Amino acid sequence: MAEVLVLVDHLDGSVRKTTTELLTIARRLGEPSAVFLGAGLDNALETLGRFGAEKVYVVADAEIDGYLIATKTDALLTVVAQASPSAILITSTSEGKEIAARASIRLGSGIITDASDVDENGIATQSAFAASYIIGSKVTHGTPIITVKPNATAPIENLTTPAVVQVSVEYGALSTSARITDVAPRAKSGRPDLTEAAIVVSGGRGVGGAEGFTVIEALADALGAAVGASRAAADAGWYPHAFQVGQTGKTVSPQLYIANGISGAIQHRAGMQTSKTIVAVNKDSEAPIFELADFGVVGDLFAVVPQLTEEIGKRKG
Amino acid sequence: MKIVVLVKHVPDAAGDRSFAADTTTDRAAVDGRLSELDEYAVEQALQVVEKSGEGEITYLTMGPEAASEALRKALSMGGDAGVHVVDEAIHGSDAIATSLVLAAAISKLEPDLVICGMASTDGTMSVVPAMLSERLGITGLTLAASVAIEGGQVTIRRDSDEASTTITASLPALVSVTDQTGEARYPSFKGIMAAKKKPVETWSLADLGIEPAVVGLGAAWSVVDSIVKRPPRQAGTVIPDGGDGGVQLADFLSSGKFI
Ligand SMILES: Cc1cc2nc3c(=O)[nH]c(=O)nc-3n(C[C@H](O)[C@H](O)[C@H](O)COP(=O)(O)OP(=O)(O)OC[C@H]3O[C@@H](n4cnc5c(N)ncnc54)[C@H](O)[C@@H]3O)c2cc1C
Repeated sequence: MAEVLVLVDHLDGSVRKTTTELLTIARRLGEPSAVFLGAGLDNALETLGRFGAEKVYVVADAEIDGYLIATKTDALLTVVAQASPSAILITSTSEGKEIAARASIRLGSGIITDASDVDENGIATQSAFAASYIIGSKVTHGTPIITVKPNATAPIENLTTPAVVQVSVEYGALSTSARITDVAPRAKSGRPDLTEAAIVVSGGRGVGGAEGFTVIEALADALGAAVGASRAAADAGWYPHAFQVGQTGKTVSPQLYIANGISGAIQHRAGMQTSKTIVAVNKDSEAPIFELADFGVVGDLFAVVPQLTEEIGKRKG
Repeated sequence: MKIVVLVKHVPDAAGDRSFAADTTTDRAAVDGRLSELDEYAVEQALQVVEKSGEGEITYLTMGPEAASEALRKALSMGGDAGVHVVDEAIHGSDAIATSLVLAAAISKLEPDLVICGMASTDGTMSVVPAMLSERLGITGLTLAASVAIEGGQVTIRRDSDEASTTITASLPALVSVTDQTGEARYPSFKGIMAAKKKPVETWSLADLGIEPAVVGLGAAWSVVDSIVKRPPRQAGTVIPDGGDGGVQLADFLSSGKFI
């Protein structure tokens, strides 16, 4: 059976859940192999083996993190040349999509981005036009390169002891032409990752200011949820842009999405429309967000949300 | 300095967008417009020229006849000239063929700097900038939240969940910009009038030396297998807050086992 490469998405070896989903999808298509770029392999190996990676290709060169993305493409393509995979799966982050795009040109391969699932025939499911359409499509040329969104499938454990293969890479001049001159790390929130979270609690312009977000955060913490924001709230500087949900922010597809003081513009809907259950709190009964909501409360979020948070506290005892 | 800005004419997201029978985006069903995400690219190009006091901006688009409207809109914001690649054979091109055509046109224009938006608002793949960097063999700095040009160098800030990163490269380079770079200006009346007189050239595939058979729907490297309209969400319960809205919401969440 041919190998299916999964590019590991990790932070210093801490493997993101999306990678375990990709390994699960890879097993439908062939024999999963992981491609691990950067430092931290020791932390990652157990998880990769638990979710069925038969092989782990490793590139730990300094070039991986010292330059912008293209060096990662060099590394991935070196592995591709060695493994001749039948498909390549990459997490649909902005970085993942860029690696996929560069690889598709260099390999002469078709590409599908933002898949919400891939079946055993290689047919990828995608959303289009702010999630109003569901598209099934398939790569017909070259080695299929598919980027897959978080929460695509439930990860299935499949214990293996992966063979570790060190790979040496020659980096192209183009790949090392963009130098990283400064990195300012962001503060960690301690909350679940926005795109992976089972519950997302979001605030919009109706939250009224940065202080107002303490009400949103309190509800999120009561539910063990991630916090999101509309572009209006992010643009106003009330909450960091990294938490923006929508067309130019993150696409989320949680079990539960709670929109507070968000009107429901098409660009916001594009990022949350596929959530399983949607709840809205808005003081305007005409707000379009109510068209999507499974449950809505027309009222002042500063009355409704704290009451809900308190009630959750009581019920959890 | 020569700057090329890529602009796309897209169906307005406010309309009811759909697919044509051949699985391509239906460009007749909804009014078209310059992709809002490209307006940020136009704005950054104009600012680069304003700050350095020199530079020439050419807008490049590909698409059917109506796509020239995107060029006129951009020209009404500022800049110097437009190029419209239009050819029947282009219809239905995937990102790979699109990048092939755009790369050929950019090569002909020989710019020092290429600026484009972070994604189109219709296809939303966000892959064409990186594909162009590969095809042109020039540095690609993608998803810039800020752009600065100085002494033949371009420096961008790129924000991810983990960090805010500063990246520098020498020109020539390609930069894609996000909506974090700052609001685009509105065209002035003077700008709209001036745009009518600015030169716009029309190029065909033959002008670019591209065989029609390598682009378009038939040459796409992926095929659409099915298109289904997502069923509208079932109308839910909406209650007015009579003082116990939070408690009722808690009941709903309990019934869904979220608490
Ligand atoms: C190219 C492009 C990309 C975009 N990308 C995104 C994106 O990624 N994400 C995104 O979110 N937007 C995006 N937008 C912007 C989008 O069009 C809307 O402007 C934005 O989503 C509005 O945010 P909002 O709902 O918070 O604000 P508003 O539309 O102003 O809505 C605020 C809501 O809060 C309610 N409200 C006010 N006070 C209270 C209160 N005390 N209690 C309860 N309710 C209250 C109001 O009734 C109103 O419905 C994009 C736009 C463009 C053109």
